[in-house]
Amino acid sequence: MTVFKLKTPISEEEIRELKVNDVLYVTGTMVTARDAAHKRALEYFEEGKTLPIKLEGLAVFHCGPIVKKEDDKWIVVAAGPTTSTRMGQFEDEFIKNFKVRVIIGKGGMGKRTTDAMKEHGAVYGAFTGGAAVLAAKAIKHVRALEWSDLGMPEALWIFEVEEFGPLTVAIDSHGNNLFEEVKKKVEEKRTTVYKKLGV
Amino acid sequence: MEIQDTIEDVAFNLLKQAVIRLPSDVKEALQRAYEEETSEAGKVNLKAILTNIEFAEKLNTPICQDTGTIIFYVKAGAQARGLEKVEAALRRATKRATEEVPLRPNAVDPLTRKNSGDNTGRFIPFVHWEITDGDSIEITALPKGGGSENVSALGMITPGEGIKGLKKFVIDAVIKAGAKPCPPNTLGVGVGGGADIAMKLAKKALLRPLNQPNLNPDLRKLEKELYEAANSTGIGPMGLGGKFTVLGVNVEYAHRHPASYPVGVAYQCWAARRATARINADGAVEYSTHKAR
Ligand code: SF4
Repeated sequence: MTVFKLKTPISEEEIRELKVNDVLYVTGTMVTARDAAHKRALEYFEEGKTLPIKLEGLAVFHCGPIVKKEDDKWIVVAAGPTTSTRMGQFEDEFIKNFKVRVIIGKGGMGKRTTDAMKEHGAVYGAFTGGAAVLAAKAIKHVRALEWSDLGMPEALWIFEVEEFGPLTVAIDSHGNNLFEEVKKKVEEKRTTVYKKLGV
Repeated sequence: MEIQDTIEDVAFNLLKQAVIRLPSDVKEALQRAYEEETSEAGKVNLKAILTNIEFAEKLNTPICQDTGTIIFYVKAGAQARGLEKVEAALRRATKRATEEVPLRPNAVDPLTRKNSGDNTGRFIPFVHWEITDGDSIEITALPKGGGSENVSALGMITPGEGIKGLKKFVIDAVIKAGAKPCPPNTLGVGVGGGADIAMKLAKKALLRPLNQPNLNPDLRKLEKELYEAANSTGIGPMGLGGKFTVLGVNVEYAHRHPASYPVGVAYQCWAARRATARINADGAVEYSTHKAR
């Protein structure tokens, strides 16, 4: 296990250094995006429209944050990751079209995303599920709120973050998927566990 | 102070305590898991959990952004005053906590998809009643996270399979749940009664502190076996591999119909939020899971 601290924009070369089980901390610009934002971003791309922010080299966070406004400034109260599988239908195109380098969420993603990460150079960083305060503390500043018509949790929040993590590299850019590896091992162990229980 | 106001204040405090600070037995179990975990990814994630718990306490904000569906367990002394006012007071406390703590509004109409915005709605907060001796009222708040609720399981196993069938069903549920409920979790297992009763007992089992052994030696043995089996699956913290998939297994049972053998499995998050207090007849309040603040 190696600990990496990367600053955005992150290059393909930098991201290809990472292997599953490494730990990553990201400093720089991070954008939240859930289903609706992914869908709209891809529609924009199709139509040749420019996005509110250039995503190349940035980190995308599957998160619907709790945010409050104080003296006209946005403060992030809680920002835990949401389950990433829901974004699986969009993520391969998203990585290909926008060249994002880090996708952050919980629970992992499937083969389509893993293949896209291998081809275009990106990783999936698992952030500890439920650790919303830890995440919020690393968000130093809300740079902008875009697409607020999608609703607060679904909107694009553009954050400046400092050492956002720890992210466990669970999918690397070499075709490895830690969640799938664990699942496979668990499946292999199933009969041993049964035996231990005498069933 | 009128009894309904005391109840409202106590319930508000319980919700606030529960979502911000974990009971000490849960913190201790997580700390021990961190020390004993051997997988690197597991250790990293348990450390993140412990740091998150500390930050939440320091900043006085909810541990997890999902502050759950609000459930109360009330043990009402038959001689206690104001019992008819309890449910309304719990609703008011829930609305207040949603605004002031704040809690995430999590009560959605299943038909219209409309979020009530204040965590109340039809049958929500849900109140489980138990009538006891005496004149005090004990209230437990259980803000129940959605991600861990989604992997609950109910099995109507063949009575002939008996306890073996039960063990298999529980382990299958753990393997199926995988990374989804943010492991390590506490597992509640309810056996017998009927479908609804098994589920109710399973969830109620989550209220027993992790450091409080089952008083029934047979169940204690079963809990230990299930605990060891769940932790030998290798799912580990956050499903990234490791020793700690569960922090504990609590079993509750009821007698069953000869022809049926219901098994309920309820999941609690690592952020195992619960808080209890007792209101005595003279209005004095004793908080048992958290010190009053
Ligand atoms: S499963 Fe529990 S700990 Fe995980 S995000 Fe949901 S409520 Fe929080």
